[in-house]
Amino acid sequence: MKTFGIDITSADIIDNLSFFDSWDDRYRYIIDLGKELPAMDTIDHIDENLIRGCQSKVWLSSENRAGRLYFNVDSDAFIVKGLLAIVMAAYNGKTPEEIRAFDIQGFFESIDLMRHLSTTRGSGLQAMVARIQSLAA
Amino acid sequence: MKSVPQTAFDVQKIRADFPILNQSINGKPLVYLDNAASTQKPQAMIDAIVHYYTHDNSNVHRGAHTLSDRATARFESARKTVADFINAKSTGQIIWTRGATESINLVAASWGGANLKAGDRILVPALEHHSNIVPWQMIAEKTGASVVAVPVDETGTIDMAALKALLDDRVKLLAVNHVSNALGTINPIEQMIKLAHAVGAKVLVDGAQAIAHWPLDVQAMDCDFYVFSGHKLFGPTGIGVLYGKRELLEQMPPYQGGGEMIETVSFDGTTFNQLPYKFEAGTPDIAAAIGLAAAIDYLNLQDRAAMAAHEDALLAYATAKALAVPGLKIIGTAASKAAVLGFTLDGMHPSDIGMLLDQQGVAVRTGHHCAQPIMQQYGIPGTVRASFSFYNTFEDIDRLFVALEKVRQLLS
Repeated sequence: MKTFGIDITSADIIDNLSFFDSWDDRYRYIIDLGKELPAMDTIDHIDENLIRGCQSKVWLSSENRAGRLYFNVDSDAFIVKGLLAIVMAAYNGKTPEEIRAFDIQGFFESIDLMRHLSTTRGSGLQAMVARIQSLAA
Repeated sequence: MKSVPQTAFDVQKIRADFPILNQSINGKPLVYLDNAASTQKPQAMIDAIVHYYTHDNSNVHRGAHTLSDRATARFESARKTVADFINAKSTGQIIWTRGATESINLVAASWGGANLKAGDRILVPALEHHSNIVPWQMIAEKTGASVVAVPVDETGTIDMAALKALLDDRVKLLAVNHVSNALGTINPIEQMIKLAHAVGAKVLVDGAQAIAHWPLDVQAMDCDFYVFSGHKLFGPTGIGVLYGKRELLEQMPPYQGGGEMIETVSFDGTTFNQLPYKFEAGTPDIAAAIGLAAAIDYLNLQDRAAMAAHEDALLAYATAKALAVPGLKIIGTAASKAAVLGFTLDGMHPSDIGMLLDQQGVAVRTGHHCAQPIMQQYGIPGTVRASFSFYNTFEDIDRLFVALEKVRQLLS
């Protein structure tokens, strides 16, 4: 299994998404990315890990190993889970300094589909980003 | 292949009056099936607002000049249009608010604050919108009254036997929607009002989801309060209506203080204005009131019976198609329903379905529809809700189901 943030980087995501011509291929790719996320144990589906303000349920837990932040994320919706995988490509395994320095909105802006979905309140994307940024603060 | 039903109603002619419908979303012609959230606007309504700001804009009830007189005349004539539309006895019983939600909050704070005490009960059916639950919980908290849920069965029908059993002299108010926003159930309002009145309780009817569908007669209905939002009646956002029986409105204390709602003000004391101004502190949304009246004028020119028959045919057509989809479960199967098809698809999250429908130009609402108690009863996080208006076509519904098939391919 590939590790997001290490084997799959934000640049890979931009490359891969630009390769597809049709919307359904792009969505299929995002859904498949979600399936590649390491499974989150349902024992971690606790309120403390739940991110509020999303239409679907989104969970995030994190640990700091040797100065790098590693995240475990999950959602009960497939597309949202794929979007979380894309966020992980940018943030997972990075130092707090790297997380703070990364231009996530610029990253979203560079992908047509993400530009649209990141402003959809229901997608929970911005709430996830805010949680990660506060963990890296 | 089932043939598309035909109705006498000329939907293409009607659609030409709604400019927003003529556009593409994500490269596909828009299919707008989110009418329970907000309806689209006829050109006549849009023109009325442009005309007001272009020619008549001024503050109302104040100025000693022509523009103010003109604005006031149009604003008050809008009130008369609304009064006639719901057959209210007088314009003094039509209070402008920002929407159905504010209308309910006004009644809860003003009527509830003055009339509720510890031990009193407010009955609220389990299928209500949060707007018709939370204001009652807030005033109950302040007064010591309690909010009691009226059970709803698995079809989404209010349990009338349970309602009768709950109605006793502790009940001071029944707050019920005319049509459920999440399920589409048409509630037996007239019968519920009679039952509530028999024990001396007042009844507030939330008409937000009913007002767009059929003509209304608040006097025949005999409700004590009726509320609705302009934007769900082809009018602008920011304007809503509270209708109340005169004797109740007369007795109620003002809701907010400020200009317009007073008669005289001094530091020794203030006397309040007459109805409806007593409840209209501050400068109102004049343009929106005029816009709402234009939307009603537009409706009054149409054959509303034919429109309602068309909407019923759309719902029946969509329901028949939905029943043929494997794994699709309709949420809300009451015998009497209005223009709402809520459903779940096995193993698929409503939010995923909504995003993928949008990609195909189909606008629906997904989620709990601000009705979490009834979603909890069904044990689901939410539904996909397609809601119809008279400008929808049978082809719109075909497009929805073709798009759903694509969603299934992507998600399974």
